[in-house]
Amino acid sequence: MSVESSPIELRSSPHFRGVATVDRIMLDVVYALCPIALFAAFQFGLSAVCLIATCTAVCVLTEHVICRASGRPTSVGDYSAVITGMLLALTLPPGFPLWMAAVGSVVCIALGKALFGGIGFNVFNPALVGRAFVQAAFPVAITTWTPAVTERFTQFIPSSLALPFMTPAPVADWVARMSVDGFTGATPLALQKFDHITTDVTTLFMGMTSGSAGETSAILILACGVYLVFRNVVNWRIPASMLLSAFITSGLFYLADSEVYPNPFFTLFAGGLMLGAVFMATDMVASPVTALGIWIYAGLMGFLTVIIRLKGGLPEGVMYAILLGNAVSPIIDNLTQPRIFGARKRKQPKS
Amino acid sequence: MAREMFSDLLQLSKRKSFSRGIHPPECKDHTSGKSIRRLPFAPKLVIPLSQHTGAPAVPVVREGQEVVRGEPIAEAGGFVSVPMHAPVTGIVDRIALAPTLEGEPSPAIFIKSYPAADQRILYGAPRDIESMSPEELVQAVQDTGVVGLGGAAFPTHVKLIVPEGKSVDTVVVNGCECEPYLTTDHRVMLERPDDIIAGIRVVARSLGAKRVLVGIEENKMDAAEVLRKALPEGLPIKVEVLRVKYPQGAEKMLVKALLRREIPPGGLPADVGAAVFNVATLAQIGDLLPRQQGLIERVVTITGPGVERPGNYLMALGTPLRFALEQVGFSNRRSKQVVLGGPMMGATVSSLDIPVTKGVTGILVMTHKQTRVELRHNRIYPCIKCGECVEVCPLYLNPSRLGLLARKQQYETMEEQFHLNACFECGCCSYVCPSNIPLVQYFRIAKALNRERKARACL
Ligand code: SF4
Ligand code: SF4
Repeated sequence: MSVESSPIELRSSPHFRGVATVDRIMLDVVYALCPIALFAAFQFGLSAVCLIATCTAVCVLTEHVICRASGRPTSVGDYSAVITGMLLALTLPPGFPLWMAAVGSVVCIALGKALFGGIGFNVFNPALVGRAFVQAAFPVAITTWTPAVTERFTQFIPSSLALPFMTPAPVADWVARMSVDGFTGATPLALQKFDHITTDVTTLFMGMTSGSAGETSAILILACGVYLVFRNVVNWRIPASMLLSAFITSGLFYLADSEVYPNPFFTLFAGGLMLGAVFMATDMVASPVTALGIWIYAGLMGFLTVIIRLKGGLPEGVMYAILLGNAVSPIIDNLTQPRIFGARKRKQPKS
Repeated sequence: MAREMFSDLLQLSKRKSFSRGIHPPECKDHTSGKSIRRLPFAPKLVIPLSQHTGAPAVPVVREGQEVVRGEPIAEAGGFVSVPMHAPVTGIVDRIALAPTLEGEPSPAIFIKSYPAADQRILYGAPRDIESMSPEELVQAVQDTGVVGLGGAAFPTHVKLIVPEGKSVDTVVVNGCECEPYLTTDHRVMLERPDDIIAGIRVVARSLGAKRVLVGIEENKMDAAEVLRKALPEGLPIKVEVLRVKYPQGAEKMLVKALLRREIPPGGLPADVGAAVFNVATLAQIGDLLPRQQGLIERVVTITGPGVERPGNYLMALGTPLRFALEQVGFSNRRSKQVVLGGPMMGATVSSLDIPVTKGVTGILVMTHKQTRVELRHNRIYPCIKCGECVEVCPLYLNPSRLGLLARKQQYETMEEQFHLNACFECGCCSYVCPSNIPLVQYFRIAKALNRERKARACL
């Protein structure tokens, strides 16, 4: 046996690699989003399906086009654009006009991600950048909520199909025609905030309320979150710390005045807190890397969410809380560098 | 890390370990059940003069001189240096440059072995080591040429001297062998427990240590049993079974796992009152010292998907890799990489003319198939700040930030603010990185450039 001219390859150690890869992680998030998307489809019907499909497709397309235009190989294969699209769709009202959703999707990828240099460099969660944009650009459409109607699988919510650059027709008539009793068009959060009507926690838990397409069922989101934690995709500290901090903050308000402020369980399960804590705040790129940093970062976001909800002018504060958290994440990261092995405790490295 | 954290929690009460680290596949089953077998002598051996940490040895033989197996052929080139002994009976062919693992050719003694010679060791004479003083023991250990056989190749006798102002109360014996694939320490513990214990007594006496802790990972319970049985009554030696975790075999991690003490960055085990020795090193000391002989052979695990007869082989130091691999059925067609050491920290070789030296624990032959699996993840993504590397770094560094700084070539910041020099290149961070970033490679380059810059600054 000849050993001559051995095709030896030189590489640097380690020669073993773990199984986790970026595309694997992103694919897991997509899997975890699927049940939520399905529930949205079930609850809100045709409009929700088209909304999710539009956002996802536009995000992927935008990513592809931008990559091509800037001469980089396309990064569609890592599924991160799919996640951004799905997340954006799930935070929008189900009857949101599709053309507005498409604009929002382009903004997500172009301003939220590509502007910073693509995956790994985005400062904010791209989906939330898009969401903040549509909130500012289309303030009416973003707060037009519709109930689950019986004909949802055969009919679009009329606002969905508004022509590009057209303001959608008000849906109040349509809702009235569908003869849904007692529907006021307000989300549980708005009801609580402005009318002090607290929706039953069990109802919130199961998700049979109005709200954004994907935020209504807390239990489903939690289940998907547990899956992600066990797949090692989501750092459990983020949802844990964010929910805990929201619970405590809101509990304090409740203790102070239980007439005006909702009970803390309501805070946990209403609105987008659950979706935000599990899927948005956990965007790896925009969160700190050290354990301590993560506790602080997510705790801050939970606190801000409640403050905005209860003290600000808006019924919902998750989006801004997370964007603010993203913004300070690098600072938190800098302040929470780990103590290195063997260094005496409390001794700061000189800088 | 959620799953691992969970299993860690379940195990917390059971067995000791250090915090963080990883669990790579062990791959030890191919060889852990195979007894140590002797490999034939190669027709030509290469003994590099610098196969240990410290000053190179100085040859004491001429070209053309006949040497007998076990005869000293080079003397120590200083205190931090060791002598060399002839691994075979034969003739010194030449003293010239030979390829090394590091790439730079370096001086070596080439010996042609006599095929017909009976390879008995004629050198050495029995002596009573019990009556020797600690200083005499240090000298005797240096004369054997023993260095750390766990891979570090640091001269063992140097560790037997307690630095001024410090004291060593505990001798830590390293039987972890945490690198995947390698099983030499495992086999030595199973087959030579008495030599190990003799070695332990030498180092413990020389250091004046009060107790000895032997750390063995859970996957080698048989070895722990054998050692426990072999322990004589009344000695303060304790065998501790540890959880399986990489890189537990690193000095700092092992001392932390067994003693809960943290060696400071840039420090020595003696800073926290410990001294660490590998089991194979101790077995050699226990065997060679009473007979006044030199280190001329070692056990090497030859394994990996690219060899037909993987096993643990006792081979003469200086055996070229090519010869060793031919003996165990090395298929050139399927092989892709040859790694000296384990897969986590070992280095790929550039030539099969490189000899087996004192610090070689294993020869690992990787195949195309494995490499192809790797190819699938060959794409390097930017750091997605998943924090995995931070969660596994056993030294609590921030490899993510270090990696980003390396990309920006801010090597000084890496050293000054992010403790680059504390990193011992264990590879945990690269192993877990989902973006496939070759972090350890970056760190090596950064360290090398920093060293260069400092050297230039000194001129
Ligand atoms: S930074 Fe260094 S010490 Fe830490 S895991 Fe990476 S290689 Fe190991
Ligand atoms: S493991 Fe890789 S991708 Fe994750 S934070 Fe570390 S360097 Fe970045």
